[in-house]
Amino acid sequence: MAITTAQSPFRTDPLTGLRIDLTAATLVKTNAVLAVVFLLVGGLAGLLVALTRWPAVHLLPADLFYMALTAHGLVALVVWIVFFEMAAIYFVATALLNCRLAAPKWAWAQVVLMTVGTAITTVAVLQGESSVMFSAYVPLAAAPHFYLGIILFAVGALIGCFVFWGTLVIAKEEKTYEGSLPLIVYGCMVAVVIAIFTLATGAIILIPALLWSLGLIKSVDPMMYRVIFWGFGHSSQQINVTAHITIWYLVAGLAFGAKPMSEKVSRTAFLLYILFLQLGSTHHLLSDPGLSASWKIVNTSYMMYLAVLASLIHGLTVPGSIEVAQRRNGLNNGLFEWLRKCPWGNPVFSSTILSIIIFGFIGGISGVVMSVEQINMIIHNTIYVPGHFHGTVAGGTTLAFMGLTYYLVPVLFQRQLIMKPLAAIQPWLFGGGIAVFAVALMGAGTLGVPRRHQDMTFAGQALAHDYGGMNQLLMAIGEIGGVVSVIGGAAFILIVVGSILIGEPVPANAKNIVAPPADAGGHKEIGMGGLEAPGTFVLALTLFACLVLYYFVNFKYLATLWPLS
Amino acid sequence: MSNEPVEQQTVLQRVLDDINFILMLGLVVPTVLYTIWGIMEVVSIPMAR
Repeated sequence: MAITTAQSPFRTDPLTGLRIDLTAATLVKTNAVLAVVFLLVGGLAGLLVALTRWPAVHLLPADLFYMALTAHGLVALVVWIVFFEMAAIYFVATALLNCRLAAPKWAWAQVVLMTVGTAITTVAVLQGESSVMFSAYVPLAAAPHFYLGIILFAVGALIGCFVFWGTLVIAKEEKTYEGSLPLIVYGCMVAVVIAIFTLATGAIILIPALLWSLGLIKSVDPMMYRVIFWGFGHSSQQINVTAHITIWYLVAGLAFGAKPMSEKVSRTAFLLYILFLQLGSTHHLLSDPGLSASWKIVNTSYMMYLAVLASLIHGLTVPGSIEVAQRRNGLNNGLFEWLRKCPWGNPVFSSTILSIIIFGFIGGISGVVMSVEQINMIIHNTIYVPGHFHGTVAGGTTLAFMGLTYYLVPVLFQRQLIMKPLAAIQPWLFGGGIAVFAVALMGAGTLGVPRRHQDMTFAGQALAHDYGGMNQLLMAIGEIGGVVSVIGGAAFILIVVGSILIGEPVPANAKNIVAPPADAGGHKEIGMGGLEAPGTFVLALTLFACLVLYYFVNFKYLATLWPLS
Repeated sequence: MSNEPVEQQTVLQRVLDDINFILMLGLVVPTVLYTIWGIMEVVSIPMAR
């Protein structure tokens, strides 16, 4: 659409120079605000779960615990994140491609369907008849409107994906960009492809579950449900991985002027995600009888490792691109001057770098190790699993989304952040809390503490088991970390909502640069030993060494559990 | 016709740039390797008697 009307449907943002489609901006803001509202709901439910699993507190009785756990899983793991992803893909497709949004009315249908779907499912959970948790395994029955709400939510998200795809088509037809798609848009496109597979798979299994709960069909095979459900349930987290890695690239570019070390390598890594990332769904079925070792091992240990290779590439290239940008700006001494002099007090940077560290060292390493069929026997269905996915989804995805939000509040809402000292420590509170939570729960899980359990002491039960003082301590430390992360999440909501409502307007001459150059910039001779990013290379080797060490430690531990010799 | 030299694109670059082909790959590979193969595994479990 040419800009021929008297009132332009675009504005040029003074901070970034991006042309913002006003209709898309309204949709981005609406989705982002709804995301933050649901983060509040999910966080409160998470606080109740943490205060119950903390053995000394043990807050909720069993029925309320499972209700809170169901609400926390659905809202924090899915609703907050998918609403934010809708905001992100609309922003990226329009602002970075300099293009109008395709089918805005359908985009509003996305907002309505996802909101109504969330409301319906939330009501079902709060009515107490649907405490079936996120996975909702049959024959554990929920009320029909529990499934209906999730289906409406998924249909809404699918519409959002097609609006994004339509915008790509329009941008190509109207030649708003030349050559290949920009890497950030490309990453979002990959996330959307994974989303389409994920949501279609969800429909395949949740529609029969709805019909079963209505009494229209006799049964749904539990084994079949588990196989197909995890094509939806785990792949939904792979959308998050792709989205938050794309946001790493975006923030590195916007905040530091960093350019990918090799666009082709990064795009190839995204192609590996397309081919192999979704196969990790098999994680959840590694202890299921009836499924062959071939299916399990091909999907997790062979193909999945190619997706892990892609993650290692992203984990090398994003910090590497920041290092190169910092060195070109004059911070070229030693291995880590560029890192020491990063703006650690700026929440945009600290959220992003903590997301990279927590996702890589905690969520990533544990995910690779637990995908090994043999080692998986140690930790399957233990509290290790929530430890792992809080490292990926909360420490990786949520922190990355927080960083982007801090960047976009001045751009989209044209308001400055309030309470800047609190904003400076907020990512550390949230990220630090999540890191402690994840590591402590992984420790307790390795020692056998089960997941999805309201009382690890089995008080008053006929068949009790004593997990010992070490596990009680680990659970207490972990849940204290969980409470700290909830405080960090509450601070994030306070800062963002407060900034939108009462923040000072952005001055006309403001610059939204996170890391100002140390000098005039433009240095050409950078790096050490022939490497442009030697510091990142050392950090990547450290990550790889940790992965190898942890892998073999777990095999050693497996050997002590099964003393066959 | 333009006399400008046409830049040769590699096969990989053409694959990476074709978003509809990427969409097809992203649907077919997991559907075959995970979903269909997984369903066949479940279907082939003998019924209890």
